[in-house]
Amino acid sequence: MSTAETGSSRVKRGLAEMLKGGVIMDVVTPEQARIAEDAGAVAVMALERVPADIRAQGGVARMSDPDLIEAIIAEVSIPVMAKARIGHFVEAQVLQALDVDYIDESEVLSPADYVNHIDKWAFNTPFVCGATNLGEALRRINEGAAMIRSKGEAGTGDVSEATKHIRKITSEINMLRSMTKDELYVAAKELQAPYELVAEVAETGKLPVVLFTAGGVATPADAAMMMQLGADGVFVGSGIFKSGNPQARAAAVVKATTFYDDPSVIADVSRGLGEAMVGINVGDLAAPHRLAERGW
Amino acid sequence: MNTNLRSESLGPADAASTGPRVGVLALQGDFREHARVLSGLGADVSLVRRPNELAALDGLVIPGGESTVMDKLSRAYGLAEPLKAAIADGLPVYGTCAGLIMLADTLLDAIADQQSLGGLDVVVRRNAFGSQNQSFETDLDVPALGGEPVHAVFIRGPVVESVGPAATPLASLADGRVVAVEQGNLLGTSFHPEITGEHRFHEYFLEKAGRRAAAARTP
Repeated sequence: MSTAETGSSRVKRGLAEMLKGGVIMDVVTPEQARIAEDAGAVAVMALERVPADIRAQGGVARMSDPDLIEAIIAEVSIPVMAKARIGHFVEAQVLQALDVDYIDESEVLSPADYVNHIDKWAFNTPFVCGATNLGEALRRINEGAAMIRSKGEAGTGDVSEATKHIRKITSEINMLRSMTKDELYVAAKELQAPYELVAEVAETGKLPVVLFTAGGVATPADAAMMMQLGADGVFVGSGIFKSGNPQARAAAVVKATTFYDDPSVIADVSRGLGEAMVGINVGDLAAPHRLAERGW
Repeated sequence: MNTNLRSESLGPADAASTGPRVGVLALQGDFREHARVLSGLGADVSLVRRPNELAALDGLVIPGGESTVMDKLSRAYGLAEPLKAAIADGLPVYGTCAGLIMLADTLLDAIADQQSLGGLDVVVRRNAFGSQNQSFETDLDVPALGGEPVHAVFIRGPVVESVGPAATPLASLADGRVVAVEQGNLLGTSFHPEITGEHRFHEYFLEKAGRRAAAARTP
């Protein structure tokens, strides 16, 4: 009998496989984590501030206080994720030491390195990274990301960027599928992604890791649309706890994600949820405030 | 049809299969991986999210995923009681990870108000190994399947803390903890054969479903 191996690609990617069809919710307190778990979240993202507040308050956004992360881990039994700044491998080392279940190398925080992302192969804890297109997704996977989320525009409640990014990724995958082998070499060059990964996507028609959607999802119908567009699941950041009735909205988004192709269920769960989060139209954001443009 | 929309094709055997009719509980989790393995083995596979989709099945798989979510949704959408009735009626059911939790009679480290469907006379502890950093893969001897060891992937997996008289352990870790059990037509594993290319557990389950199908279709 062989010995047990932790931290393998299969183990890292495997956790994301188990999250599929589910909703991962941003939480800033143990009480919110409890509400999320009770509403049927598959995992929570432990943060000090949700993206809407990071956006409103400005300044440098960093990894959360370890006490907060540990308090949230202690509160719930579902997986707990936490964010490190892009390129900040020491924040990631700290999150691994805190025993979080997934590390999000996230554009929602202020980047710590404008050239390099974290070498994610060096970690036992799996990483999820954002992407706005297929090339970016494959570069993150090449660096060791075990899960991808399309970026959207976090903290806006405007789902249009999430739509744009998931459509971009799926349409680029569809284009690869139709290419001949010789065309794939050029595609790899144009996507700025390793040929082996490009060829694998062309062959299988999907990313080699799970693909969630994030950034601006605020309603059950938003979540269901992302699922119909091909997402394996959704992240909801500010959309739940910046709304009028977080318990009801969280449970409704969970149900709409499972029954994403059944408009009668989505109609039913969308009733009487109270105020959605106050949104910001992405078009009104000045370029420096567009988080999706962080990371490359 | 919008080609961006998700395809629900379940694999090569999709339309023409004459194998046993097997449902995969599709509330959340890696149900498509199970569906692909089962279709590849010749089963006639469908996804189950509503009570009427349980009708006329010869077997059911409860996938990996988050057991708290499956429990909540199965109760909210009226699946839990029909599932319990089907289990009591002898429907072959195979649960992996969260699916094993759903099949256990008794849970440890469940969240408040979490319920299982039951059926397996075992006590199962959720997240028995700790956080994702302790998730692992290893080889297991499974005498009931014969031949080579099973390569098993444990992802924040549960363990069977105690096995009651009605259930039989099928595999244990080196430290003796039970990670696969069988009881009549019910089968549960702490690990995920659906993501490793290991098909023997699914074949073993399909033999049960096939016998059920044969019995049901004999006049």
